Amino acid sequence: MTTIAPEEPALEAVFDATVAADERIEPRDWMPDAYRSTLVRQIAQHAHSEIIGMQPEANWITRAPSLRRKAILMAKVQDEAGHGLYLYSAAETLGTSRDELLDKLHTGRQKYSSIFNYPTLTWADVGAIGWLVDGAAITNQVPLCRCSYGPYARAMVRICKEESFHQRQGYELLMALSRGTEAQHAMAQDAVNRWWWPSLMMFGPPDDESAHSAQSMAWKIKRHSNDELRQRFVDICVPQAEALGLTLPDPDLTWNEERGHFDFGPIDWAEFWDVLKGNGPCNEQRISRRRRAHEDGAWVREAAAAHAAKHGKADR
Amino acid sequence: MTNLTLTPALALGDDALVLSHRLGEWAGNAPVLEEEVALANIALDLLGQARILLSLAGDEDELAYLREERQFRNLQLVEQPNGDFAHTIARQLYFSVYQQLLFDHLATGGTELAPLAAKAVKETSYHRDHAEQWTLRLGDGTDESHTRMQRGLDALWRFTGELFEPVDGLDAPWAALHDEWTTRITALLERATLTLPQGPQRGAWTAGGGRQGLHTEPFGRMLAEMQHLHRSHPGASW
Ligand SMILES: [Fe+2]
Ligand SMILES: [Fe+2]
Repeated sequence: MTTIAPEEPALEAVFDATVAADERIEPRDWMPDAYRSTLVRQIAQHAHSEIIGMQPEANWITRAPSLRRKAILMAKVQDEAGHGLYLYSAAETLGTSRDELLDKLHTGRQKYSSIFNYPTLTWADVGAIGWLVDGAAITNQVPLCRCSYGPYARAMVRICKEESFHQRQGYELLMALSRGTEAQHAMAQDAVNRWWWPSLMMFGPPDDESAHSAQSMAWKIKRHSNDELRQRFVDICVPQAEALGLTLPDPDLTWNEERGHFDFGPIDWAEFWDVLKGNGPCNEQRISRRRRAHEDGAWVREAAAAHAAKHGKADR
Repeated sequence: MTNLTLTPALALGDDALVLSHRLGEWAGNAPVLEEEVALANIALDLLGQARILLSLAGDEDELAYLREERQFRNLQLVEQPNGDFAHTIARQLYFSVYQQLLFDHLATGGTELAPLAAKAVKETSYHRDHAEQWTLRLGDGTDESHTRMQRGLDALWRFTGELFEPVDGLDAPWAALHDEWTTRITALLERATLTLPQGPQRGAWTAGGGRQGLHTEPFGRMLAEMQHLHRSHPGASW
């Protein structure tokens, strides 16, 4: 480009054309401020969800009932930390540091997915999280691999590959329980009963109440509406539940020939908003544990920085 | 029940199993995200070693979940609680230098452990490098990190003598390994501006210690947590 001080309208036209052509916006490209801040908010919330999401599953690492399951679970929790790293890096390309974002998480100014405010009460919850929560995350995230912002789209490609392994291990874990002893089967059913509805809430409020959806769709940050993705997820899960020999806790769940989709019962949005506001079973526990880990680690990070300063090399 | 004579595979398998478990307790609590990944990596490597070794000695899950405390053959060092990050790093340093020396030796021998030891060379040197780098950073970081690192090294020192107690059925030049270990640790601590602990390398009452099934108080609690679910469903498969 030869223009020295290009006018904003011209830049905006280039941006619009890039998005319209389904090409990627890269960190150095001009972008509208609102596009940047929408992305930062979304990527940060996603990154925070990855690291807070480690807690409910890490809750079972030390009690995993076989060494094989323990290895799988440890690897999964480790993957989530890795996802957090990719995503904080993607946010950094938009000029926002990890420290800044963590600070916003710790002070409640940014959110993470509400699903992680529910407790993991039994071993079967590890399976239900893999099957339903990772499953819902995949349904949400596969379209993000085509998101208009390059670094986010590329991070999502890596993440989605691992999420599908997470989903499969959860399904397989539940299958083992469902086909196991009576007590194991009951444990699996109880977990699915507790996780089903919160999983449906993961797609966000209904389309007519969703605050950011329309603009995100126009920018191709988002490709499908909340309700569309939720329906897709339900349609995938129903036959899987059947194969598992487990039931989904919704008496209204029926095949609708006309729509070509499963109908499902009303979602308790009052619960959704309540958990979002901070009143879920584990909001306080999750965030204080996160803060404590961060505060307890402050002297370690300071030491690494001091050592790097003394020895003139990157601390990691 | 699997035969519990002290086979080398059982002793080394228990070391890996127990240390992996302790490292797994860090999940979600690490001081920085990169360390969530690194500590989990090491824990997973060790769990992989444990599964191979325990399978040489019997059924891995029976051995891990159905033995009583007095039947475990791991070193007392690896069962010590995590403490702060410096304490964990001190434990990692002592153990990973020892394990790498021992595995390097075993890799060239003709025992049933040689293939495993050879395969583990890459991971044991990564574990050692991780512990050494952090020892340097913490030792020569801030006053606080220096104090904490020294405290961790001092507190765990008395468990290091046991590392070089001969293990029945395991042919290794124990005294030479101990010398080599001391040389390495001494040189590293000097670079890290830390002091080699001076106390005895073995607690007075430990006698044969972990290898003979004599453990420390925190170990029973660790096992209670680890074994509870498995034992609550006898005969179930997972
Ligand atoms: Fe993830
Ligand atoms: Fe996941």
